Amino acid sequence: MSLAVADLCKRYGAVEAVAGVSFEAAPGAILGLLGPNGAGKSTTIGLIAGLLRPDRGSVRIAGRELGGDADPAKRALGLVPQELALIDELPARVNLEIFGALYGLAGRELRRRCDAALDAVSLADRAADPPRQYSGGMRRRLNLACALLHEPAVLLLDEPTVGVDPQSRHAIFATLAALRDAGHTLVYTTHYMEEVEKLCDRVVIIDHGRVLADDTVARLVAAAPGGETLTLDYEPAPDAAAVAALSMLPGVRSAALEAGRLVVSCTDIGAAAPRVLEQLAARDHHCRHLESRAPTLEDVFLSLTGRSLRDP
Amino acid sequence: MSAATAFRALVRKDVLTFVRDRRALIVSVLTPILIAAFFGYLFGERGGGERGRLPVAVVDEDGSPLSRAVGAALAADPMLEVEPSAAARARAAVGAGRLRASVRLPAGFGAAARRALVGGGPPAPVELLYDPSQSMVKAVVAGLLTEHVMQAAIGELASGAPEAVDATLADLRGNARLDPGLRADLVRVLEATRSLGTRPGAATAARGLAPPFALADVPVSAGPAYNSYAHAFAGMSVQFILFMGIDAGVAVLTQRQLGLWRRLRAAPVSRRTLLAARATATLLIALGILAAVYLVAGLVFGVRIAGSPAGFVAVCVAFAAFTAAAGLFVAALGRSVAATRGLATLVVLLLVMLGGAWVPSFVFPAWLQRATAFVPTRWAVDGLDAMTWRGLPAEAVLLPVAGLLAVALVLGALATLCFDWESDA
Ligand SMILES: Nc1ncnc2c1ncn2[C@@H]1O[C@H](COP(=O)(O)OP(=O)(O)O)[C@@H](O)[C@H]1O
Ligand SMILES: [Mg+2]
Repeated sequence: MSLAVADLCKRYGAVEAVAGVSFEAAPGAILGLLGPNGAGKSTTIGLIAGLLRPDRGSVRIAGRELGGDADPAKRALGLVPQELALIDELPARVNLEIFGALYGLAGRELRRRCDAALDAVSLADRAADPPRQYSGGMRRRLNLACALLHEPAVLLLDEPTVGVDPQSRHAIFATLAALRDAGHTLVYTTHYMEEVEKLCDRVVIIDHGRVLADDTVARLVAAAPGGETLTLDYEPAPDAAAVAALSMLPGVRSAALEAGRLVVSCTDIGAAAPRVLEQLAARDHHCRHLESRAPTLEDVFLSLTGRSLRDP
Repeated sequence: MSAATAFRALVRKDVLTFVRDRRALIVSVLTPILIAAFFGYLFGERGGGERGRLPVAVVDEDGSPLSRAVGAALAADPMLEVEPSAAARARAAVGAGRLRASVRLPAGFGAAARRALVGGGPPAPVELLYDPSQSMVKAVVAGLLTEHVMQAAIGELASGAPEAVDATLADLRGNARLDPGLRADLVRVLEATRSLGTRPGAATAARGLAPPFALADVPVSAGPAYNSYAHAFAGMSVQFILFMGIDAGVAVLTQRQLGLWRRLRAAPVSRRTLLAARATATLLIALGILAAVYLVAGLVFGVRIAGSPAGFVAVCVAFAAFTAAAGLFVAALGRSVAATRGLATLVVLLLVMLGGAWVPSFVFPAWLQRATAFVPTRWAVDGLDAMTWRGLPAEAVLLPVAGLLAVALVLGALATLCFDWESDA
């Protein structure tokens, strides 16, 4: 099932939490919703899930708008909230049974799906324990499992890996990839660009409640101004005049010293790299270390907003 | 040095956290003030008109001048609200808890009392029926009765009514047990009274005399013997089940803060279903607590459902529904967890006090006694009392049950209307 969001708006007093967000998510794909804290990701998810009433705009699932809280069509939606929504005192299995029952599951079918969900997040052996005895990563995995029971066609994931250990993150990613391959529609919000690069087929970048970009990661990166970046350690470090001279070289867009390291942003690394090395060698600077980095979503975000994603 | 710094920081953290929650701060200061003010007001010295009167029946089966004088004196007493009555009617009213006590002056009371006062005859029997759940009433009424009978008996003599004085003089001379000196004095006083028609001080004459009547006090309930545990169980069940209801409401606030409530709402269930489920859970828990508490009350403390079992169940269900609705109301209107819990606890304590579970309501001033007629906790306690030790028929709880259900409906409807669904989403 496809998900189409059109011109969603939600205001809290003076804060425009979501200001005209539109995008579509297709079946068999993971759509990344990327933005810094406070960008409006959770509000958007809340609007899609029907928890909030939009001031304007629409959400369509398979072409149809939801008709209120008790609309059975909500069964097509699964929500993994940013806050862990677990009943801490009750065993994991009971948690799952309650969430399954909320979506109309019962009896043997409910038990079967609980088993499947526990397996999917590798918690089958801890099913009898209450979540308060779990590690942070295990709770996150259970939080995900609770949304999988009713096999929703559209799965909304709000920062599902916050505070998670690498193994748990890996397990979550594997589960999500399997769901995508099975034809589910996934919307994945995060402020980690690495997660989007690794997991998502498409990315919608949002900030201050507005969509800044909406495309595949590859195309966004390719279109971003600024190509490869060279970072070099020199002994002694080049002075300001030498750095200024470097930025005149062919294939170089800009050069700068950052914390004693030379950072060269290239338009053509093939032309730039040998000339930079040659020129500095000729001035008796010894190169100790060199690395090159392909452009990332971080660069895309920087170019779109003038800020880093990691800034608070 | 650094230990002291750390210690200061820790203390500061806790104090600041507490002070930060303004509502909780106000509530924790206000609660002791309000409760202290309430009790101070209850037990303080105040004008007599303000104090509540004990509703009692006076059954005068004698009709003698003395019994009429006693009846009139009791009726004039500022502590009492006297209702002249017949024996059967008075007993039923005390049994139902409508009247606190009934004083019956049997036929021949007047003559017997006079003889007892001076002639050494046996004390005149007087029957005092009282509500055993408020047994302090017994002492109060017995005291007033003694005072008024003594005054009336001596007053009758002192008034100089010739036949009374003559009969009394005869009784007095025939009483060998009275101290001869005192007897001689009394005879002189009475003779002087007859000739002069003056009245000596009643107190002078009364000195050294025993009350001329014997009180037969009988605790009255329609059921079996009074079990003081029954009333205590009613009051404490009501109080602690209401506390549970508040905790249920506060738990909703906590769940909303944690995002669990939001997650539940993502499922295809209506808001009304969510609220109704919460209320139903509270109702079932309340019934479970009532069942467990009364099971122990019955098995260990001998509390019996002497009234209608169906009526008992009806009171329990109605009170559980009231508790559930109160919990929802708390969940709908509460903001900070600490403040909400504090404020709700204060309200429950006041309601329970007004319900008469802590102090008998006859110590309340009159206006407050009238006001408690509109307090749901009073209905619940009265209903449980009626169906347990009072042993009343089911009709007796129709009104309390209807009242509890009506308030539950109103609270539930208000909670549903006021519930702020967006704030946690
Ligand atoms: N219930 C609310 N009341 C007031 N402001 C809110 C509320 N929820 C979110 N906001 C504001 O809306 C903006 C977007 O928040 P959110 O959607 O949670 O961002 P994100 O999930 O991207 O971090 C923020 O500025 C936040 O402070
Ligand atoms: Mg968020």
